[in-house]
Amino acid sequence: MSPADRPLLSVRGLTRWYGPHVGCLDVGVDLWPGEVLGVVGESGSGKTTLLGCLSGRLVPTAGTVEFTTRDGVVLDVLRLSEAERRRLARTDWGVVHQNPRDGLRMSVTAGANVGERLMAVGVRHYGAIRQAALDWLGQVEIDADRVDDLPETFSGGMQQRLQIARNLVTRPRLVFMDEPTGGLDVSVQARLLDLLRTLVADLGLSAIVVTHDLAVARLLAHRLLVMRRGQVVESGLTDQVLDDPQHPYSQLLVSSVLQP
Amino acid sequence: MRPAIVVEDLYKTFILHTQGGLELAVLRGVRLDVAPGECVALADPSGSGKSTLLRCIYGNYRPQAGRILVRHRDRPVDIVGAEPRTILDVRRRSLGYVSQFLRVIPRLPTLEVVAEPLRALGAGPGEARMRAAAMLERLRIPERLWTLSPVTFSGGEQQRVNVARGLAAGHPILLLDEPTASLDAGSRALVLELLRETRRAGTAMLGTFHDAEVRAVVSTRLATLHGAAA
Repeated sequence: MSPADRPLLSVRGLTRWYGPHVGCLDVGVDLWPGEVLGVVGESGSGKTTLLGCLSGRLVPTAGTVEFTTRDGVVLDVLRLSEAERRRLARTDWGVVHQNPRDGLRMSVTAGANVGERLMAVGVRHYGAIRQAALDWLGQVEIDADRVDDLPETFSGGMQQRLQIARNLVTRPRLVFMDEPTGGLDVSVQARLLDLLRTLVADLGLSAIVVTHDLAVARLLAHRLLVMRRGQVVESGLTDQVLDDPQHPYSQLLVSSVLQP
Repeated sequence: MRPAIVVEDLYKTFILHTQGGLELAVLRGVRLDVAPGECVALADPSGSGKSTLLRCIYGNYRPQAGRILVRHRDRPVDIVGAEPRTILDVRRRSLGYVSQFLRVIPRLPTLEVVAEPLRALGAGPGEARMRAAAMLERLRIPERLWTLSPVTFSGGEQQRVNVARGLAAGHPILLLDEPTASLDAGSRALVLELLRETRRAGTAMLGTFHDAEVRAVVSTRLATLHGAAA
């Protein structure tokens, strides 16, 4: 089987309890190479818990997560040692947080934020690191003359773009995004979405994007999961779920969106 | 010749849970087929489910029962119950769709909007833009507009951009939902000529055209959803 015939990420029975409260319950999903999966639902529906469990930041109560590496090796993600998981997070995975402060180091320059990830995977040549940092700042539409500035001096939209550059510089194969456009002005959102859409398509990335914004989901995701009370109530092709929702909750969600 | 589309006993009912579970049975056992090189016009009155059928074939709506076989990579693929990634591949390579309205991606220039389906098929950016430009030229969208997003265009311009995007990738099967509805006589003639040419080159077409004159020019055969005489 070639890597394209095998899911990149395969999730079965994923469950997380918070004491007596359910975070997510019996979630099963396959993510294919090059596919962007959107996870939608209102706050408290379990979207972020699911993302946390998948990306290794939360320990699930039950379930399995398998990841296929570049070499075709299938890893049991939840049984990796801490060191193995950290290596995976540095090389094959990226995480874009809603708040750029959670994903950036605010005390070092923009260039260092991007270069750091390269150094973590063993790149040592200063000139090459600086050049890669400059290339990536360009790709996310940040002027080269800001490379030595601290992220603190950037606008929210720029910080978010810097966080994306920091994640993508090591060419991950899977990126987790939690409300990547949340907290940004609408005009800034459009620019960021356009950028994300292009990068994902050009790099052939797979991504899991959690969002409560159905317009963002329509623009970025090939496929959607609709979550409610920790469970997946509907899944399918993005435009099918949004234009012909089947489950009562999906119908409510879609019909509640204000049309500008 | 092998059919491009075969629809068998297709049922589609909308269940509106937000309105007390109201059920609308729109498609009730639809049967239909379309061969390469023919353009089948759905002749039912408005509100009878023509667009619903087109959307079911495109995988946009989910039918309750029946089969929709679409010729893809030299074999029939059943759209009903197909995996999302299969439907996306069918849309990329085999099945195009020209809707009444253009759903625009913010900020994307017109030339890129039209080039995108070509890029998805693997064409390089230069080649995709060249072919997109030829299509826009053919539909007489002035070149000064190509670098702008079509958001601000007139209804007629948007529809021509939509036709250009729908035909750019040269899909062997096309679904057409009122492709000339908001066009003036001149633009309509341009689009109709392009559609005729495309069909003669072997493309299979299924569409709705409320204008009888348009229907007469573009279609090779009439069909109805539920078998009554047209």
